[in-house]
Amino acid sequence: MYSNYLALQETLKDAWRRGADAIFCLGDLGAFGPHPDRACEILRKNEIAVVQGNYDNSIGNRLQDCQCGYTDPRDNYFAKLSYNYTYANTAEDHKRWMKTLPGEIRLEMGKYRALLCHGSPRKMNEFLWESTTPTHFLEKLCRDYRADIICATHTGLHWQRELPGDKYFANVGVIGRPENNGQTSVGYMLLEVNDTPRFTYVPVEYDYQRLAGEMREEKLPEEFVETILTGWWTTCLEVLPAKERKRGRF
Amino acid sequence: MEIIPAEIPEKEIAHPDIHLDGLDNLWFQVGGTLCNIACGHCFISCSPANRSFGFMALEQVERYLKESLEIGVKEYYFTGGEPFMNRQILDILQLTLGYGPATVLTNGMLIKEKTARRLQELEAGSIYSLEIRVSLDGYSEEMNDAIRGKGVFQKTLRGVRLLYEYGFLPIITVAKTWEDHEDETVLNGFINTLKVNGCARPRLKILPSLKIGREIARDRGYDRYEMVTEAMLEGYDCSQLICSNSRIATDRGVFVCPILIESEDAYLGETLKEATKSYRLKQQACYTCYLYGAICSNFTG
Repeated sequence: MYSNYLALQETLKDAWRRGADAIFCLGDLGAFGPHPDRACEILRKNEIAVVQGNYDNSIGNRLQDCQCGYTDPRDNYFAKLSYNYTYANTAEDHKRWMKTLPGEIRLEMGKYRALLCHGSPRKMNEFLWESTTPTHFLEKLCRDYRADIICATHTGLHWQRELPGDKYFANVGVIGRPENNGQTSVGYMLLEVNDTPRFTYVPVEYDYQRLAGEMREEKLPEEFVETILTGWWTTCLEVLPAKERKRGRF
Repeated sequence: MEIIPAEIPEKEIAHPDIHLDGLDNLWFQVGGTLCNIACGHCFISCSPANRSFGFMALEQVERYLKESLEIGVKEYYFTGGEPFMNRQILDILQLTLGYGPATVLTNGMLIKEKTARRLQELEAGSIYSLEIRVSLDGYSEEMNDAIRGKGVFQKTLRGVRLLYEYGFLPIITVAKTWEDHEDETVLNGFINTLKVNGCARPRLKILPSLKIGREIARDRGYDRYEMVTEAMLEGYDCSQLICSNSRIATDRGVFVCPILIESEDAYLGETLKEATKSYRLKQQACYTCYLYGAICSNFTG
């Protein structure tokens, strides 16, 4: 989510228009964008089920940092700026609410057991990138956590893989910022289960110029604004594996 | 930090046992202890003559790869010695990239154009990442070659340039041999050197010095108090310790971690399954892992 309430509004409209039975948010409500309370208010008003992300866990428990899992000093510098802004601008009531969010949501979808989480079922801030997540590792997660479908996020890049034995994994992506592909759109994952599960990534256009303007008004780093305006990541790059890093500009 | 008074005998110090949470990172000592150079800080004293550990054969690697499926290993790392001295390394990487992501740690000196082209083909043929980590310990010839040997700087940079030309973004791995107050100067020096040599997007990984092997003579060994005790783990995130998530396969069986293969107590068994047992942190190098965390893997999280 990363506080992108403008993209959230467009996402909800799009999902309702498509007739979605339910809408789930997989966490990290704050970070990066402006006015963190606005996204919280929209989610709560519309009773959207939310999984707790590492950001929400940190804000809710009033921790010193976001537990984002970065190791590079420059990445951590920007993560700290972002966290301090979000923490200072999140209402007490939302902080208390974030603390109560569940670490996972389980659903029965036909004959399939779906598990929704933030990073991975075993670790809230685990990065599951497409190019560094082996199929046999995902199969083990399905076995260990008794799930047929696992949905996660945290990396900011969507991908999906069908696993042997009628199991499925999807990283649902984020609506908070673009996907480091030079496009200003964001996106969400539509999961349909008829005979078999089918994931469809849905790009979402929103008023990114307005978001960028509000970020500047809030004096958020120009590096963040640049990402919103260009679609290329400028920070938090050192956690990217080789394949994903090469696809970006920086 | 708990300071251990010098008068407490070793047998009375309580060292903690570290449980393997999950075997996420499987390392291969694919180059044994054989290396084309003999760096002044090498923690396992690799050299052209050190045959304590030999090259791993493709069949040995394959046996462990197959065993890793059920265990759910997430990433595969290849080290040595110098992995590119092993004539089967390209076949080993090709095989591995069918299982999952691979990272190879090299000094880059043996990477010729043909090798770089083949690596590019292997990377393009897999859905998984192939990371190349190139060791460089100075941003100038003088700084680097004082540690890694005469002529190494130029040969390593030639390998790095080739990797860039063939589409890689190698992670330049640097063992820290300078003082903290010099960090900014040194890091800028590395970035400048890499940009001059064709890398618009430098990636750097800084490693702490491990005060074992040849580093004892170059700098110093561990002090008496530099070890991990049970009391030090209170409130500590043990997932930072490599032995909580990694093991290393060698031509002589499976050991606890890449740092300790020369310690007798680090041998854990012939198979990965046997090597899932806990490990007692008695070695002083564990103190460095304790302080810095995740020193061997590419990233954490």
